[in-house]
Amino acid sequence: MEIFLQQLINGLTLGSVYAVVALGYTMVYGIIQLINFAHGEVVMIGAMVAFSVIGWLAANTALPPLVIVLIGTLAAIPACVGVGYALEIFAYRRLRHAPRLAPLITAIGASIVLQQVAMMIWSRNPLGFPQIIPNTVYHLEGATITLVQIAIIVTSVLLMVGLTLVVYRTRLGVAMRATSQNAHIAGLMGVNVNQIIAATFMIGAALAAVAGVMVGSYYGIAHYTMGSLLGLKAFCAAVLGGIGNLAGAMLGGMLLGIVEALGAGYIGDFTNNVFGSNYQDVFAFLVLIGVLVFRPSGLLGERIGERA
Amino acid sequence: MSILLDARDIGKRFGGVEALSAISLTIEHGEIYGLIGPNGAGKTTFFNVLTGVYRADSGGFSFDGAPLNVSAPHQVAVAGIARTFQNIRLFANMSALENVMVGRHVRTHAGIFGAILRGAGTRAEERAIHERARALLDYVGLAARGNEIAHSLPYGDQRRLEIARALATDPKLLALDEPAAGMNATETATLRQLLERIRTDGTTLLLIEHDMKLVMGLCDRIAVLDYGRKIAEGAPAAVRKDAAVIEAYLGGELA
Amino acid sequence: MTFTDKLKTNPAALWSGVVLIACALIALPFALAMAGTTWVRVTNLAILFTLLALGLNIVVGFAGLLDLGYIAFYGVGAYVYALLASPQFNLHLPFWVILPIGALAACVFGVLLGAPTLKLRGDYLAIVTLGFGEIVRIFFNNLSQPVNITNGPQGISRIDPFTIGSFSFSQNEVLLGLNFSGPIKYYYLLLLVLIAVIVINLRLEDSRIGRAWQAIREDEVAAQAMGINTTRIKLLAFAMGASFGGVAGGMFAAMQGFISPESFVLVESVMVLSMVVLGGMGNIWGVIVGALLLSFVPELLRHTVDPLQRSLFGRLIVEPEVVRMLLFGLALMLMMLFRPAGLWPSKVRQRELADE
Repeated sequence: MEIFLQQLINGLTLGSVYAVVALGYTMVYGIIQLINFAHGEVVMIGAMVAFSVIGWLAANTALPPLVIVLIGTLAAIPACVGVGYALEIFAYRRLRHAPRLAPLITAIGASIVLQQVAMMIWSRNPLGFPQIIPNTVYHLEGATITLVQIAIIVTSVLLMVGLTLVVYRTRLGVAMRATSQNAHIAGLMGVNVNQIIAATFMIGAALAAVAGVMVGSYYGIAHYTMGSLLGLKAFCAAVLGGIGNLAGAMLGGMLLGIVEALGAGYIGDFTNNVFGSNYQDVFAFLVLIGVLVFRPSGLLGERIGERA
Repeated sequence: MSILLDARDIGKRFGGVEALSAISLTIEHGEIYGLIGPNGAGKTTFFNVLTGVYRADSGGFSFDGAPLNVSAPHQVAVAGIARTFQNIRLFANMSALENVMVGRHVRTHAGIFGAILRGAGTRAEERAIHERARALLDYVGLAARGNEIAHSLPYGDQRRLEIARALATDPKLLALDEPAAGMNATETATLRQLLERIRTDGTTLLLIEHDMKLVMGLCDRIAVLDYGRKIAEGAPAAVRKDAAVIEAYLGGELA
Repeated sequence: MTFTDKLKTNPAALWSGVVLIACALIALPFALAMAGTTWVRVTNLAILFTLLALGLNIVVGFAGLLDLGYIAFYGVGAYVYALLASPQFNLHLPFWVILPIGALAACVFGVLLGAPTLKLRGDYLAIVTLGFGEIVRIFFNNLSQPVNITNGPQGISRIDPFTIGSFSFSQNEVLLGLNFSGPIKYYYLLLLVLIAVIVINLRLEDSRIGRAWQAIREDEVAAQAMGINTTRIKLLAFAMGASFGGVAGGMFAAMQGFISPESFVLVESVMVLSMVVLGGMGNIWGVIVGALLLSFVPELLRHTVDPLQRSLFGRLIVEPEVVRMLLFGLALMLMMLFRPAGLWPSKVRQRELADE
């Protein structure tokens, strides 16, 4: 039971990160049916920028830890938004009416370029998260939850609520939903479709920046290769929830985090220790393949995984 | 004459909309059968159910004396029904000849190992595919354009290439979805000659068409659909006078 | 009249050209060996990657299915070879037995992956194949517990070289005053395999199955209406491509004598994909050019840019590995954006351009 509760807490923490990253995939997919494969790299850039700033501030100022992390995050957001915007303009816009695989291939190219650029800027060595947040641990029925974990879960919930408000309560949100229904008609109705698509990329990138700080502070390090696997898993989460569906991305992220954590915690028991927790990364892909084969619409989405 | 296609009580719903309700019709060997009706009458839906794109909710087809059980669209062609598309769907970046050669796929057999080893059997089959494809291009009047890329052909030629490609599957029934759409009078006249010739050479035709002149002049029998129901069936002259048909078309086009 | 047409009308010129190229290819390793055996090894790896690119071209170029986990099949072939010809299980089967087994194993994996997923839309299929590639790598990495099969991240070493009787591909031999080193022998073997693979590709392209692949790539609905069982034909493409990868993997294991999961990471899949995209998806000669370019240019840069940087700045500013990766990334992006048909567009696309 302790293991179960502990893995549930760990799963919720990771799941919160997946959910926030998955929102970026799902928003872009919802609006232009594009898998923004480079989104994981945007998360990585966010983590790297934030860590650099946080590291410098921690070493050179006496600001309170919360303020330092906040400034670091605020610095990462514009950097990620810039990268997200650049991706849209340079890598995808020209290919909006090209065959579906073309933008996916450019996206793969873009993510490699982003990784290499990050490596040139920050070197091959991981950046560490300075020990500024007290490592307070709370006990809960035999399981433990750290301050960082609580912060991650709370932040992601706030982000999701915020995003929902933007999409359903603002003019921008109306325009985004209209564009996702039918970009052509939305254009005729006076929506500047290019602007809306760029805005979608930028919002997704801003979320990615925060997600980068969250996941980096959870593991304590940021590294130029951290984005690809995280991005893939978040994509799996988005598909699990039903890609194009905001609530689906949130649900899918949380579920995937929990599946991974419980899977890693129990796989040994179930398989007589033939497989151990080092197979953790397999679960996300098995979930992805399972969902696409048996329920391409995901948990909350419409059927879109199959050929139109 | 014997019955080639027998459709019994074909029904198809999309959500709450009844696109086809209990459509029954029979097409006889060697005839040209027209399916007409105002926009949204269910012609294309019927066509798609017949060719396996959609599955009927009720009813069934029998084709050439046997029930037509289709679980995937490609089996329709195997059974002997070939189709063309309303909005031309050629293999755009392949040559005209290659397009027709693809049509021979279903009647030929060479597999991976045949292709790699290229034994006498495979080579003979390839030659036969080539010859048949050339002959079919000639048949539809595109003999000189075999090496041209499909999407660079003029519109009327693309329509005829689609027919040649469909004929390459050796169909018993050739189903044409608005073959004259977008054609001028001269092109339509050539098309009409081609279709008559195909029938004379032994292939039964099912025609969905908006061009009333073409349908009335070409078809032996016509069924008229309106709101998913068959409201009339018979020879063109009789259908033309049918009160329900005139009502459906508001007397406009047929008068 | 194009250059090839001119050649066709002049068989003497054609044959003398073929003989010239053959002589050059036969002499090449000795010329390379003068610059250093490293260059022969580089050439061998380039040929190996050309084999991989030609295999992937069947899947991506002919059938239009984006496979991002292709390197997994290469890995399966390599591990099958390593397990059956190394001290790992004390098995030492001859290579002509193992290579077909490796091809078959890769083929089975291809079918296992393809059968449930090939009905998915292209971009989803791409991600699923990527996931599959990662799963396979994770298994390579972890199947050392509880029974040691793959030896985990340490990989498998002391893998047998190819041998026929007492003739080993790894030993030096002097013949007619020429020094045939191990890499040079492998070079000739690889060249033979490459020629065979090119012939197979050319024949497949111009066959009933090849036309069906292209038809599916162009318009799947129309292909079905023509009676093509698209699922089966796509599965064939997957199986073929996977088998090629399996054979290349077996050769890789034998040539290197050592393999580890490191060699079968996602980046390698992307690298092979870049080669296919750079040359022009679907065009056999283009893919070969793309594979050779992306294999040699990074090596050339390594030998020119490095010393240049050191002499100019006194230290290394951009590592050659980074240059290599940037080259792959940029190749993918720029080709898709500005020249989607590739450096050497297929004949079909050439005709397209000629029309405009």
